[in-house]
Amino acid sequence: MDLNHCDGALPPAGNGAGAGAGASVPSTAKILISGGFGAGKTTLVGAISEIRPLRTEEPMSDRSVGIDDTRGVSAKATTTVAMDFGRISFPSQLVLYLFGTPGQERFWFMWDELAIGAIGAVVLADTRRVADCFASIDYFERNGMPFIIAVNCFDGAARFEPDDIRIALSLGPGVPIVLCDARERDSVKQVLVSLVRYVMSGNRRTNQMSMG
Amino acid sequence: MTTHDGYGDRWFDREAGPVVRPYAVTKGRTLPSGGASFGLIDVVIATSERQPQFLRLGPEHRRILNLCRRPTPIVDLTSEIDLPLGVVRVLLGDLTSEGMVRVLSTQKQPVTDERLLRMVLDGLESL
Repeated sequence: MDLNHCDGALPPAGNGAGAGAGASVPSTAKILISGGFGAGKTTLVGAISEIRPLRTEEPMSDRSVGIDDTRGVSAKATTTVAMDFGRISFPSQLVLYLFGTPGQERFWFMWDELAIGAIGAVVLADTRRVADCFASIDYFERNGMPFIIAVNCFDGAARFEPDDIRIALSLGPGVPIVLCDARERDSVKQVLVSLVRYVMSGNRRTNQMSMG
Repeated sequence: MTTHDGYGDRWFDREAGPVVRPYAVTKGRTLPSGGASFGLIDVVIATSERQPQFLRLGPEHRRILNLCRRPTPIVDLTSEIDLPLGVVRVLLGDLTSEGMVRVLSTQKQPVTDERLLRMVLDGLESL
């Protein structure tokens, strides 16, 4: 592998030991942050990670045109859409990305893109508008994506017992429900830790079943 | 060393909006050549400084090459270069077909890699 030519500019966003011979390849992982509009997705991502902008594009008309267009050239119009993502670099050469799933229906096309290869998802629930996270839960259940519910406890929002929330969301007994404050770094950290532990325990269960 | 910070050669700023229609950069192409598919967190590495055989490098190709001298995930590359994701994918397709960059694919299935999950867990807990 020829990486011995790194004497020029450095990407400012890079992590790790800097450019040079054998610059190591980071491991990357991503987690989706979902939930209804105003549930606190951006707040949560900003509480624990560096926010960076991303431009992507939205198909304007018939979605199948262009995406499935094998000629590679298309007259189909797209419009660029700005979104943000969160990024956490760890000393272990791991970079964890947090992607908020865009809320409006016209951005559904982005969900599959974001979901591919994700560890799992956090569905942020606002107890004042529980129904807002139905769409997220449906999506992750349908796609077999492990998810947990994080109830964002705003000031003044009524507190509910996790069991009541489980009933309100028609969740199975296995899906963890955690209470959090999306503004607090430590609280957000616990949410993410809960998700990763849940994914790991799910994998173990699956392995045991396939071995048994 | 600091002559190229990715933005230094530009006289306009983000507020000014694009001065070139995004897909003009790709000459209208909306898909990468060769049907390549690049995931958001796949990592791009420049492989050599040899000249391309068939490709005429544009300034955006050069910026990508410059940025991924150090292994860089596509999402960071896209954010840094401030072009739409689809445009960056087309340009990466050009560069991979010339063998000028390598794209290391991450998993496309739900992640079950215990080692990666353990890294993420340890990292988060150490925050």
